[in-house]
Amino acid sequence: MKPVSPFLELDETARVPVTFDGTPLDLPQGANLAAALLVAGVDVFRHTPVSGAPRAPFCMMGACFECLVEIDGVVRQACMIDVTAGMDIRKAHEDFRGAV
Amino acid sequence: METDYAIIGGGVVGLSVAWGLLRRGRRVTVLDGDDGSFRASRGNFGLVWVQSKGMTQPRYAKWSQHSASIWADFARELADTTGETVPLEQKGGYDLHFSEETLQDTVEKYEGLKAKLDGDYPFEVLGHNALRKEEPHIGPKVVGAILHHQDGHANPLKLLQALAADVRRMGGHLLTGKTVTDVSKPDGFVLTCADGTRVDAAKVILSAGLGAAQLGPKMGFKAPIRPQRGQVLITEKLPKLINRPSLIARQVDEGGIQIGATNEEVGTDDRVTRSGVSGLAADAIAAYPALARAQLVRSWGALRVLSPDGLPIYQQSADMPGAYLVTCHSGITLAAVHARVLPDWLEGTEAAPDLEVFSEARFAVS
Amino acid sequence: MERFDLAIIGAGPAGMAAAREAADLGLAVVLLDEQARPGGQIYRDVERAGPVRGDILGEDYTAGTRLTQALLHDRIRHIAGAVLWAIEDGFCLSYTQDGRAAQVSADRVLIATGALERPMPLPGWTLPGVMTAGAGQILLKQSGVLARRAVLVGSGPLLYLIAAQMVRAGTPPLALVETQTVADRTRALHHISGALRGWRYLVKGLKLLAQITRARVPRHTGATGIAIEGSDRAEAVTFTSHGRAHRIDCDTVFLHHGVVPNTQAARSLGVMHRWRRDQACFSPVLDPWGETDVPGIYVAGDGAGIVGAKAAEHAGRLAALAVATSAGHLGQGERDRRAKRLRLALDRERAVRPFLDAAYPPCVEALAPADGTIICRCEEVTAGTIRSHAKLGCLGPNQSKAFGRAGMGPCQGRYCGLTVTALLAAANGRTEDDTGYYRIRPPLKPVTLGELAAMDDTSDGA
Ligand SMILES: Cc1cc2nc3c(=O)[nH]c(=O)nc-3n(C[C@H](O)[C@H](O)[C@H](O)COP(=O)(O)OP(=O)(O)OC[C@H]3O[C@@H](n4cnc5c(N)ncnc54)[C@H](O)[C@@H]3O)c2cc1C
Ligand SMILES: Cc1cc2nc3c(=O)[nH]c(=O)nc-3n(C[C@H](O)[C@H](O)[C@H](O)COP(=O)(O)OP(=O)(O)OC[C@H]3O[C@@H](n4cnc5c(N)ncnc54)[C@H](O)[C@@H]3O)c2cc1C
Ligand code: FES
Repeated sequence: MKPVSPFLELDETARVPVTFDGTPLDLPQGANLAAALLVAGVDVFRHTPVSGAPRAPFCMMGACFECLVEIDGVVRQACMIDVTAGMDIRKAHEDFRGAV
Repeated sequence: METDYAIIGGGVVGLSVAWGLLRRGRRVTVLDGDDGSFRASRGNFGLVWVQSKGMTQPRYAKWSQHSASIWADFARELADTTGETVPLEQKGGYDLHFSEETLQDTVEKYEGLKAKLDGDYPFEVLGHNALRKEEPHIGPKVVGAILHHQDGHANPLKLLQALAADVRRMGGHLLTGKTVTDVSKPDGFVLTCADGTRVDAAKVILSAGLGAAQLGPKMGFKAPIRPQRGQVLITEKLPKLINRPSLIARQVDEGGIQIGATNEEVGTDDRVTRSGVSGLAADAIAAYPALARAQLVRSWGALRVLSPDGLPIYQQSADMPGAYLVTCHSGITLAAVHARVLPDWLEGTEAAPDLEVFSEARFAVS
Repeated sequence: MERFDLAIIGAGPAGMAAAREAADLGLAVVLLDEQARPGGQIYRDVERAGPVRGDILGEDYTAGTRLTQALLHDRIRHIAGAVLWAIEDGFCLSYTQDGRAAQVSADRVLIATGALERPMPLPGWTLPGVMTAGAGQILLKQSGVLARRAVLVGSGPLLYLIAAQMVRAGTPPLALVETQTVADRTRALHHISGALRGWRYLVKGLKLLAQITRARVPRHTGATGIAIEGSDRAEAVTFTSHGRAHRIDCDTVFLHHGVVPNTQAARSLGVMHRWRRDQACFSPVLDPWGETDVPGIYVAGDGAGIVGAKAAEHAGRLAALAVATSAGHLGQGERDRRAKRLRLALDRERAVRPFLDAAYPPCVEALAPADGTIICRCEEVTAGTIRSHAKLGCLGPNQSKAFGRAGMGPCQGRYCGLTVTALLAAANGRTEDDTGYYRIRPPLKPVTLGELAAMDDTSDGA
């Protein structure tokens, strides 16, 4: 994660706590999860199961599946989900990395 | 174009045989259909499987065992020559059971077959707890399993690609987009394709999968084969969850869990259906509850190439000597014998296996 | 299972307009969209974002509320956040909403799933920090999020629109790296008469360019040899323009060279598609009302061939008229009378297309990528591998998929399909139509096994 995110946010919205890979973050309630993570400075959402290459959101419209994260044990598209309080978010398929 | 063998069909069966003949120095031309044709070789489950094969015909059990026993060596040779590995794992496979009765029934049948095979049928029965030690993710509904040590699984698509690459490397001609419409034997064989291509050959092998049902009768075969649909699912790539394969699910070398397959008599309809897919998902979750959270990424329907008794057909044509029908349901399992042993039968060498039980004589005249 | 006269997939301009038109004609309509709020791509989240950021996004954006508000109608059921993943005969539509699978059925189906951005495989395009320009715009529209140091790469009017929107938001891009050439411009002038009929678009385009220039955003045209550099994320864009090598440091790269129809749903039904040379993509074969060769299945909007938002709206209404007639709600004479006005409007919208298609052709080096470039992002397959499949006898994408896994990942070929077809067609010296496309099957989007299994007991009886 970078100290300054490559993205900035125009709106001010009430924030709620979530965790990303165990690190606590405060994200805007009801915001698009992928957008909120990018603004929070998360630049790698997952590593590919094929080569372990880092990936992050690409299309923001639910078509590319690059923004996959794991929430409550289910792998989902971050760009298709709204932020809610207490989300436990993890990089998708990360337990693969040892295996590759 | 002139060739020793013209092979109609470039699926796993045609390519295995082509590979074997090329290795013996024969000139081979393979004629294959187009991108959209029915191809069981592209949609199968990838098991190199022995258990349950040949329950009523021990020769088939033996033939499958023979293939399984030389598969690893065959895969190694392909890897050496193509530089691409054909993933294969042969550390046994399960027949999972959800009821004690079906488990007992099956064990009795296996014992019967084992006796006919002079005891060469290495299986053991695992109760739920023993199975759980082997497969930590197995669900409570599974009462037990038969573990057969000769079973395994491979990557069937890598096999297909390796065969195609090696057939080319050895100088075989692999022509795609060539649907054979007619075979005649004025002198030598003459094959005609839909696009007008003509191939002259000394011998012809008909291994066109379902396509043999149309061409077969023109060449003097009964070719009583029919399609049977199997729907198959595959999940996202997951960390290791399943250790050994079963008929319900296996974890492929790339990480996805493959779930299969339905058995449906629906002609040439190869679509997937809601009831098919949901039924497969339910079975898989009953076996491995953790799969409930896995994402299904793809599903497909593929058509099995089935003879009336499910056994292979190896038959030389009486009307057109030199023409052979080669077709089977378990083309992945049998790839190794098709590549390494069947050419002896085709060439009529001393080492030719006895394949009489697989001839068309077993089918009543219709 | 609830049954409707018409099911519409996609709540963009095409789907929304069709829904209202059909409902007004007395049909019971269900409208499914995977987004939480209606609008589609152009009017994405307009009801929430319009009041807050209307000045940045422009009037063409805020105009969308007219359509979203029209969805409030007794006979329209809008199921939001519904990801459609299967359409079966009869027609039964399966979708997932809030982690649960459900079904609706309808006599007729209108597919209005819009467009996707044309895949733009360039070296480095899989790095974090590289996104589509549309993604940049979605971040702005939906979330009010802007990239601080971004470079826009590619071609097309949408590239200028997005650049201008970034300028208005106070965070202009660092540069525009444009792939179209002066020769493209000259060629486009052949279509100028049509374009003049759509003069409003040309005026708008000029205004956008003026805004970009005023903000002193450097424009590099005729760019070639484009690559994105960086080890773990995008750090710079390198390219050559007018004989000079450039390197622009940045954090974010937005790629865009046009949009192409999203054909997944129509293809899953076996609808016939044809290659369109003018737009370098496949689109479904339709009758004048938007009906496909599968009776009862219609396609309207950008999913039927790129026409833009206004035209999508008209096409959606035309399809609704035809559906109403075949359902016995509207006489043929009245249908034809109403259609006349819509067809005139549609022609006016289409008039500017040939000019735009010629002036902003897709980036050549992304259409035929270098051997080492990844073309299937999911399975990490390179262009060279696809070319090697052609040497093994692969005539089409399905055999190539079996050999090398391109198209087998979760995006199901959305971002590699056209590239694979183009590569195989070129390597085999065959047309794109002969080469064909991936066989698309349900699920159109991944769905959990748990959801599927939950349908197991009801499926046979339903
Ligand atoms: C769902 C399913 C699961 C399976 N699971 C397993 C398994 O786990 N293990 C196992 O061993 N087996 C399995 N099988 C069976 C195995 O896939 C087949 O036995 C094998 O693929 C058959 O190969 P083939 O070459 O005969 O047929 P195909 O792969 O169907 O190939 C036939 C080829 O012939 C071509 N052709 C047809 N007509 C003509 C013509 N007139 N001219 C030129 N070319 C023509 C076609 O284009 C095609 O390429 C499964 C099959 C299915 C459907
Ligand atoms: C990223 C992007 C940004 C664009 N921005 C602009 C712009 O600013 N201005 C402009 O003039 N044009 C823009 N366009 C062009 C755009 O295609 C048209 O202007 C217009 O939106 C097309 O309308 P439509 O109704 O055909 O489809 P769309 O507006 O694209 O609507 C399609 C809808 O279908 C839904 N959908 C798709 N698949 C499924 C599924 N399986 N299940 C459920 N729902 C589904 C989508 O969520 C979407 O809401 C953009 C295109 C893209 C791809
Ligand atoms: S960013 Fe493409 S699917 Fe989410």
